[in-house]
Amino acid sequence: MECVYTTEFKLMYGMLFSIRSFVSKMSPLDMKDGFLAFQTSRYKLHYYETPTGIKVVMNTDLGVGPIRDVLHHIYSALYVELVVKNPLCPLGQTVQSELFRSRLDSYVRSLSFFSARAG
Amino acid sequence: MGVSDTPTLDKHLSRQQETRTPVVAKNKDLLILTYGALVAQLCKDYEKEEDVNKYLDKMGYGIGTRLVEDFLARSSLRRCHSYSEVTHIIAEVAFKMYLGVTPSVTCKNSSRNEFSLILDKTPLSEFVEMLPAGRSSLCYCSLLCGIIRGALEMVHLAADVTFLQDKLKGDSVTEIGITFLKQPEEKKYRWKQ
Repeated sequence: MECVYTTEFKLMYGMLFSIRSFVSKMSPLDMKDGFLAFQTSRYKLHYYETPTGIKVVMNTDLGVGPIRDVLHHIYSALYVELVVKNPLCPLGQTVQSELFRSRLDSYVRSLSFFSARAG
Repeated sequence: MGVSDTPTLDKHLSRQQETRTPVVAKNKDLLILTYGALVAQLCKDYEKEEDVNKYLDKMGYGIGTRLVEDFLARSSLRRCHSYSEVTHIIAEVAFKMYLGVTPSVTCKNSSRNEFSLILDKTPLSEFVEMLPAGRSSLCYCSLLCGIIRGALEMVHLAADVTFLQDKLKGDSVTEIGITFLKQPEEKKYRWKQ
């Protein structure tokens, strides 16, 4: 299970890095927020990045609009409060904190566009 | 320290989040006194001031790498376009948010990569009258330099941060110098000029 996720993460990182640099080079005007989201016929991928390089990615179905504030909340109220401020959580590695995982899970389940049917 | 410690700290953090109170002014005194005790202990542990300064800077660096995330989460600022903008944000937003003071910013050179933050009073050394005898080259607030350096490095800006003037050493103001080190710039392609 562990190695399947690692491959997926590596592919995703490479893809996001390429899209981000492509988007900034192709932009006719100065970019404000940069790459926000992409959608296919099946799903929409939302992206939020901080100046420090922390990337928050959420995949939703097509009916969901811009959720930048949701991703910012995940960063500021969950990641910063529970991982960055925890001296026992090393940065730059997979987050081991159970509290972070459970809080993130309950936050995502509480979102208006979350459907319990999808699990 | 091990994985088993994380669950207890997690529980503590979760309780803390539920009963969070706003930061009040009396915490500032606690911070100042704690910092003083820290510097005093380091002076006992290390004989040479250079070692104390270096260690304070290193600790500050560790603090800065994490503090920048908290700063970005609370201030939600956009990307800056110049070193001058970055320095102004450090002075007017970050210093104000964490230490309650706003240093003034001056630019030292025409190529706009050397700046100074001028502080009339340094919050961390508020209760210090003078440096102890025999410790004249101690940079009491070295932690601040490390914090700024660590924070800037996390946003991919390499910089040298040092104390240029220090009120504790007899100067009229405290001056922190920030020198942004030039990085190779990415070539930017534009679809239309």
